[in-house]
Amino acid sequence: MKPDTPALFTETALVRRKYRQETVAKWVFFVMAAAMIIPLLLIVGYLMVKAAPSLTLGFLLDVPVRGMTEGGIWPAFVGTIYLVFISLAISAPIGILAAVYLNEYARDNWFNRVINLAVINLAGVPSIVHALFGLGAFVYAARFGYSILSASLTLAIMTLPVIVASTREALASVPRSFREACWNVGATRWQTIRAVVLPNSISGILTGVILQVSRAAGETAPIMFTGAVFYKAIEKGDLFAYGLHEQCMALSMHLYTISTQVPGVKESIPYATAVVLLGSVLLVNAAAIALRVYMRSRTKW
Amino acid sequence: MSDPVPYAITTQDLNLWYARFQALIRVTTRIKHGLITSLIGPSGCGKTTLLRCFNRVNERYGYVTTTGEIKLHGKNIYDPDVSLVELRKSVGMVFQRPNPLPISVYENVVFGMRIHHARAQLSRARLDEAVEKALTEVGLWNDLKDRLGMKATGLLLEQQQKLCIARLLPLKPEIILMDEPCSALDVEGTRAIEELMFAMKGRYTIVIVTHNMAQARRASDECIFMLMGELIEHNRTEELFLNPHNPKTAEYIEGRYG
Ligand SMILES: Nc1ncnc2c1ncn2[C@@H]1O[C@H](COP(=O)(O)OP(=O)(O)OP(=O)(O)O)[C@@H](O)[C@H]1O
Ligand SMILES: [Mg+2]
Repeated sequence: MKPDTPALFTETALVRRKYRQETVAKWVFFVMAAAMIIPLLLIVGYLMVKAAPSLTLGFLLDVPVRGMTEGGIWPAFVGTIYLVFISLAISAPIGILAAVYLNEYARDNWFNRVINLAVINLAGVPSIVHALFGLGAFVYAARFGYSILSASLTLAIMTLPVIVASTREALASVPRSFREACWNVGATRWQTIRAVVLPNSISGILTGVILQVSRAAGETAPIMFTGAVFYKAIEKGDLFAYGLHEQCMALSMHLYTISTQVPGVKESIPYATAVVLLGSVLLVNAAAIALRVYMRSRTKW
Repeated sequence: MSDPVPYAITTQDLNLWYARFQALIRVTTRIKHGLITSLIGPSGCGKTTLLRCFNRVNERYGYVTTTGEIKLHGKNIYDPDVSLVELRKSVGMVFQRPNPLPISVYENVVFGMRIHHARAQLSRARLDEAVEKALTEVGLWNDLKDRLGMKATGLLLEQQQKLCIARLLPLKPEIILMDEPCSALDVEGTRAIEELMFAMKGRYTIVIVTHNMAQARRASDECIFMLMGELIEHNRTEELFLNPHNPKTAEYIEGRYG
């Protein structure tokens, strides 16, 4: 071996530089990840600490008292449940079935592409625009008045495009080879959809729908314009407090009201309301994940 | 043409366009009943397309226009009284990548029956019998008879491919189309599939696309060479390989060997 040839397998300058780059890259990514997660934890922690004095089951089941400065949030909580469930009960079936049609039956022509573009753009329309649309269409034109029905329909219109888009994505992710297997034994489109397409995309579809729960629960503008009120007196703990044609309270709106409109609210109450809103959404999302895992693990469908 | 023709598939001046691109150009061929016919040619020459014509499944892949005539056992499959469901039932297809459905082995085999029969017609006994028969025929029964409930996607690739063939059998197909059925398999798997093809020969008409000259030579009775959407030569396999009439055929075969 000549004296000036480097020993085998030792670091060269180039390798050292690559290692340095590697370290820098790793830390940059780590810091970004931390920058994302830490504020989140801080916010949740801060909320919990501030809310602690009011966080009891009683708070959830009670009605607000003394001009909403004390008491619980039951009417708002029930109102939100009503709005979310009714709106998704309307938008989920329509959205899913429409997406199945668009993805499985409709030919890939300009009309289909225009619809696709429209759906994507509708999904990005600000909620205040949906609010105005709901006001014009449901409250006035359809004469549903300011009511749970109008508000739910407005929320349904708002969530529909996103459900269509996410369902299409879930359907499109079913491998073509599964469909081919069906076509080549003479299955009709509907048989193909029922036997392989839906079973293999249902978890994606449901996830898409359930993610809309948080949107429907969180938006304030659409319901404020169409059916939510500041205050409504109902029985404490009554689950069937509202009728379709009545107005209702809702958590998001209630939070806005007690933090900005009502003087002298007990300090922990707005925080506790936020925690309940956040907690319910997280609970629903967790349920979605659990459902998904369960569906994935099932061997037979 | 009144005497019983030994031809399972005949095409006359078959043209096919994907949108504006012509993928098949005046293909005229006669494929004999009960034999194994291989389809060779360079990538993109239209082998898969031609295969998909025989059960009209091309129509499910985008914009396709077809002219000309395709007859299966003398029956024009573009006749208005032809039901696509029945056509595809009797012309089965096997793919390059085994594509068992993500369900149990058992359900995979009876899948076709479930598609074509009302639920009440399918007794458990009838299904069990069909499964045993089909799996025995492809040589999987002994390996899998205790594992019929396992997910088909967990099988070995070779077993998956055999299962995909078995899946066609309960429908009593006349013709089985195979699109490079061995290209995802190793030597052992390839041999197993070829043996299966030999065993099935006679009862079924088999058309197989392959990029493997040796396989075409070993496994087929007749051979069709295609180039750029045109059928160049169709002959008995030994004849086509030993004594190609068309210089293009000779070039392709030799190029592949060289
Ligand atoms: N769905 C489709 N839409 C448009 N063009 C297509 C479609 N399928 C195939 N083609 C085109 O038609 C021609 C023939 O394709 P085909 O798949 O039949 O070739 P092939 O002989 O099977 O090739 P390979 O050996 O690679 O499988 C190719 O040029 C291909 O690009
Ligand atoms: Mg091909």
